[in-house]
Parts: sequence; structure tokens; C-alpha cells
Amino acid sequence: MFSTKYARANSLGDALERMRAAEDGKFLGGGQTLLATMKQRLAAPSDVIDLTKIPDLHGILVNEHDVIIGAASTHAVVADHAGIAATIPALSALAANIGDPAVRTMGTLGGVLANNDPAADYPAAALALRATIHTSSASYPADDYFTGMFDTALDEDEVIVRVSFPIPLRAAYEKFRNPASRYAICGVMVAELSDGTVRVAVTGAGADGVFRVPEMEAALSGNFAPDAARSVAVDPGDILADMHGSSEYRAHLIPVLAARAVAKAGGA
Amino acid sequence: MTGESVSEVNLNVNGQRVSRDVEDRTLLVSLLRDDLGLTGTHIGCDTSQCGACVVHVDGEPVKACSVLATQVADTTVTTIEGLADGDGLHPMQAAFKAHQGLQCGFCTPGMIMMGIAIANRHGGAVSDATIRHELEGNICRCTGYHAIVAAIGDAARQMSQSAPLAAQ
Repeated sequence: MFSTKYARANSLGDALERMRAAEDGKFLGGGQTLLATMKQRLAAPSDVIDLTKIPDLHGILVNEHDVIIGAASTHAVVADHAGIAATIPALSALAANIGDPAVRTMGTLGGVLANNDPAADYPAAALALRATIHTSSASYPADDYFTGMFDTALDEDEVIVRVSFPIPLRAAYEKFRNPASRYAICGVMVAELSDGTVRVAVTGAGADGVFRVPEMEAALSGNFAPDAARSVAVDPGDILADMHGSSEYRAHLIPVLAARAVAKAGGA
Repeated sequence: MTGESVSEVNLNVNGQRVSRDVEDRTLLVSLLRDDLGLTGTHIGCDTSQCGACVVHVDGEPVKACSVLATQVADTTVTTIEGLADGDGLHPMQAAFKAHQGLQCGFCTPGMIMMGIAIANRHGGAVSDATIRHELEGNICRCTGYHAIVAAIGDAARQMSQSAPLAAQ
């Protein structure tokens, strides 16, 4: 790792001020991606500004319509939260299956969404559940937030403060894991929202990061059943290919995992 | 870049207060091994995959190769060296010995620290399936895991009967 200067921000204002003063600063969540990247010398920020001790970024609120999660909430905290388990169990289950227990101790919701790794799990939940990402300067509907692989609507000096997930009628997430790294080769979140809208979001497979499958959403809107999901073929044209799986393989996985997710969510 | 940024890091490590000035880029595992001489915490893959470096930070499992020492300043850290009470092994250590949950021993400190975290989190009735799921971030290249899973399950049952022996 190259030299860097660490600072623990004690407020949102403090974090933004430190970022503006830094030559080439990076915000730090749990560091479970950033530090690995820095160790490989693929990133060499002059400053890392730790956001995880900022009180405004903590806390989980569950009301009648939404689950609102502070951006510095770790995956372990989300996975263990009784209020989330009672309202969006798919989100609890998703958090409980990110990485491993030690990664879940450190990794944060805000960190995942800011990084927007194409194989990360939370982006699928945010997109399928029609979440809103609230930052230090704006609020983004998930549809406008994810703008490409490792790319988001965030500015360099913008901090995610909290994320609101509307409570769906039902939802489930299925991922097909790389057997070695345990990252998603493909992951599908299916949700039927409170207004009856069905949304399907795919992670791990998009050449531009997380994406929706409108044809499958249409098929499931009339018939929320595994067969309806399985009947939709996905064009491999925009699908990722790497040493772990071809575009055709991942495209094939999408309806398979979507069907499993629909079944898990109670569709029949 | 001019100069090396250095910070004072205060920790409680295995019940002892320690204070060190470290470069900001120092990883927790380096502080433990190089500065404090606690070489029981191993560096295996150095990429957050193998789990040989697992320690507890405020009671929760953390991969010490993937966290900065400064990030965990002012916390309580427990390493493998902090488990035994003199010659008396922690129940998790004793169970690994009884079940022969190790061969070469390289992964063992991380396995034991993760085993205790699993026991703390899931209690004495933890299933083998849960143990296997929770061990996803700990790699053993010798045993084939069966004896490790048996040891953790056994120790979890013992720990639940004699709480609060869990490492804190």
C-alpha cells in the first residue's frame, strides 16, 4: 500500500471539508473493497476519510411504508435487525449472504452502493425495491443512481447518508455464487411492490452493472409465477463474460434465478 | 506525496492497553504481528479470502489483513493469544484439540477466532449447516473441514452452558 493519510470524520460537514482539502481523497466505509484495492496499488488516495463514525450515517428506522437504513450500517447489523426481518426479509437474507462474517462486520451499505461493483448484491435490492439513495446533497431514485460499472450519480465529494427501501408486498433474492470467491456470477432480486408493480433487477451479469429486465417484469406483472420468469429469454448481447462464465451462460442464469426468486417470494 | 502520515493508535489488546505510533497505512495484522509480537494471527492470502488473520474487534470477527490499525483505534482486540487462561485452554481451543480440528495448524488461529464468533452469534444449538456457511471466509487446505465443524459445534454447546466464557 502506498502512503496515505487517515482521518476519522466526526460529522458530515467534517467529512466534506476534509475531502475538499485533500489532494486526492477517498471516502472510507468498511474498507472491504477499498483497502484491498489500495493494497494492490490499484488505488492510491492521498487521504482516506472514514465515514463510519458519523452519527448521522447510523440508525435503522422501520415505519409503515419504508425501511430507512443509515449508510454506515454494516451488513451484520442489517442482517440481524428484527424490524428489517419482519418487513423485508429478502433484504435481511441478502445482507446475511454478503461475503463472510468478518466482511459483514466491517462492510457497509453506503460503501457498497458508492462503489457499485458489478457483482455486488445491494445494488440489485436497491433497484428492485425502488429504493431512494439520500446523500449529503441530493436524493436519487435507484433508477437514476446506478449509471454504469463502478459508476454512480455521486460526485467525488458527495456522501451517501441513508437509503430508503419501500416495503414490498413480497420479494426475494437468489444468487449463483462463484464457488471460490463466493461473489455473484449472477444474482436476481424480484419484488412485487406495494402498488403491485413488479421489478426484476440483475447483478453480476450486466456489462454496465446492475440492470432491470422489463420483459420479465411485464411477464410477472400478469402472472407472478416461476414459469413466467423462466419463459423470458435474455439477450446475451449486453451480458458480462469472463473466465467464470460466458455471456450466454449468465444470460441463461437470469431466468433460472428469477424463477427461483419468484418461488422463494411465494409466487406459484 | 511528502512525508509519511503517522497516527497514535490506542487499543486494548488481550486485556492490555497498548499505544503505538503507526503509519496510517499500517494494517491491523501488521500492528499485531510486527509491533506487538503477537504472531499467532497469521497472514495467509493477504487478500481477505483465507481467514487466517481473523481476530475479534469489540467482540466481532474481523480480517486483520483488511482493516487499518487506525480504523479500529480505541477498540478492544482479542487475538488467539488472548484466549487461554494460563494453561487452561478456551473451550474452542480444547475442542479443536479433542476433535483434531487441525493438521498443519496454519489456519487454526483464524478458525478458532471465527469458531468463537459463530458460537457467540448462534449459541449452543448451532447446526452444522450454519457453521459451514459461517466458515465461508476461512480456508483450510488440510482437514477437509469435518473435524473443524465438529469442534466448533461441540465448543458452542459447551460455551452456551458456561457463558460468558466467550472472548471479549
